Amino acid sequence: MTERYDCIVVGAGPAGAAAAFTLAKAGLDVVVFERGEYPGAKNMFGGILYSTVLNRLMPGFWADAPVERHVVKRRYSFVSNDSEAAFDIRLDAFNRPPFNNSFTTLRARFDRWFAAKAEEAGALVVTGAVVDDLIIKDGAVAGVRVRMEGGEVFADVVIIAEGANSLLAEKAGLKPKPDSANMSLGVKEIISLPKGVIDDRFGLEDAEGAAVEFFGEALGPGVPGGGFIYTNQESLSVGIACPISALKEKGIKPNGLIDGFKRHPAVSRLIRGGATEEYLAHIIPEGGYNAMPELVTGGALLAGDCAGFVNPSLYKEGSNLAMASGVMAAETVMEAKSRGDFSKKTLEGYVKRLEESFVLKDLRRYKDAPDVLRSTTGLFKDYPEAVMEMLTRHFTISEESKADAHKELKRILKGRVSLLRLAGDVLRLRKFVR
Amino acid sequence: MDKTPKPLTLSEKLFLVRFRVDSTSHLAVNQEACKACADRACLTICPTEVYRWDGAASAVTVSYEGCLECGTCRIACAKGALTWRNPSGGFGVCYRFG
Repeated sequence: MTERYDCIVVGAGPAGAAAAFTLAKAGLDVVVFERGEYPGAKNMFGGILYSTVLNRLMPGFWADAPVERHVVKRRYSFVSNDSEAAFDIRLDAFNRPPFNNSFTTLRARFDRWFAAKAEEAGALVVTGAVVDDLIIKDGAVAGVRVRMEGGEVFADVVIIAEGANSLLAEKAGLKPKPDSANMSLGVKEIISLPKGVIDDRFGLEDAEGAAVEFFGEALGPGVPGGGFIYTNQESLSVGIACPISALKEKGIKPNGLIDGFKRHPAVSRLIRGGATEEYLAHIIPEGGYNAMPELVTGGALLAGDCAGFVNPSLYKEGSNLAMASGVMAAETVMEAKSRGDFSKKTLEGYVKRLEESFVLKDLRRYKDAPDVLRSTTGLFKDYPEAVMEMLTRHFTISEESKADAHKELKRILKGRVSLLRLAGDVLRLRKFVR
Repeated sequence: MDKTPKPLTLSEKLFLVRFRVDSTSHLAVNQEACKACADRACLTICPTEVYRWDGAASAVTVSYEGCLECGTCRIACAKGALTWRNPSGGFGVCYRFG
């Protein structure tokens, strides 16, 4: 199949589908190659789709899309090995369209729907098609080699949205193999429970959903990373994420880690009686701005996870950035086509678009977040223990005078961490949440 | 009080995942490099324990059939002993939920 398109998109995830949808709508000839049996077959995320970009592409998409619930409740839970202190928010404004653009979602269903929308708009989506190589001509990307008979396909430009395990981009020398400190492993289970049980347990009704994030010793003493539970209609997305470098250093087995998380009393209470339906794993580029590869080369652009577009701060956004980058890659391709120039210089317009959008503004704002988390080691052991001991003391009813009790609180804190270190950590952690 | 059911073993979890198993492995290891490797991170870091150490043969065995294609082993291997290739189109893990 020696064919020629305006644009080839590698990967039918959120970035690739958003790019293909945008290009097809504008009347460009676009083909998407997806290596999975269907779009979404290889894809997993925590479980919340942030949808400001999608809602711009298809206003009111949630009426049609296979989303599970909209998130009205958020709970940030700080745990030690056996205790929990949590901050709980429920906002009624999030119960009305556009539902704060936060929907719990299962990717095997959603990605298939989104790719079908790109197809309806006129894109050709080819599944079961592995792209092994880029075809380079005169120093620029001119097409791709698909693993099939006569699989050379040519285009003016290639949008590489192959995901976090970026074999194609690395093989072509467009980016180095990511460092293990900049890549996290996410492991998740889909645990089914009747809708009524989920509603009662999390205080929800109808299509309302909850997102619970666990910090502190959620993964065990001293293990960096966090855990989460998100409510789907009739299941929970239960998972953890931890830097690969930390897993390696401590010799931790990921399956043991998620089993330990599920056994934590704060977690086991929420998932009890449920049955595991699926076990999943995926890597997450969490290196942020400083770990980003070069985003364009002659004839090609990188989008989504492959480009490292994940906000590594407390706002764990990935899919929304993926879609935004897919749309901006498409717009850049359209501009290049109108100029008839697909050189690196013209495609640099993509970087400019990203710089002016929330994608790179946020990545730059939180560029220190990965380092802050790495270096604030107390966050995953000393602080949870100190906080729980102080809370226990504070809420324990006794005949000790309040003045003595408060003195004791100070003593506990000082015994655990120096005030200087605490002040420093608090200052640095602002970079993670602010 | 609530009965805590026995947690699933890893093989029980893998039984729940849908795979279309390719006829050949998409993962290749350089046994010489593995033999000389001090940490063999692959043996612990894989979420489905695809890699096992066969002491008798002094070699790493690769059960690629249960690979979730996350790529963690590739990132973790500091020796460059792992060669990764995507499975044939449509093969490998096929998540039903995602």
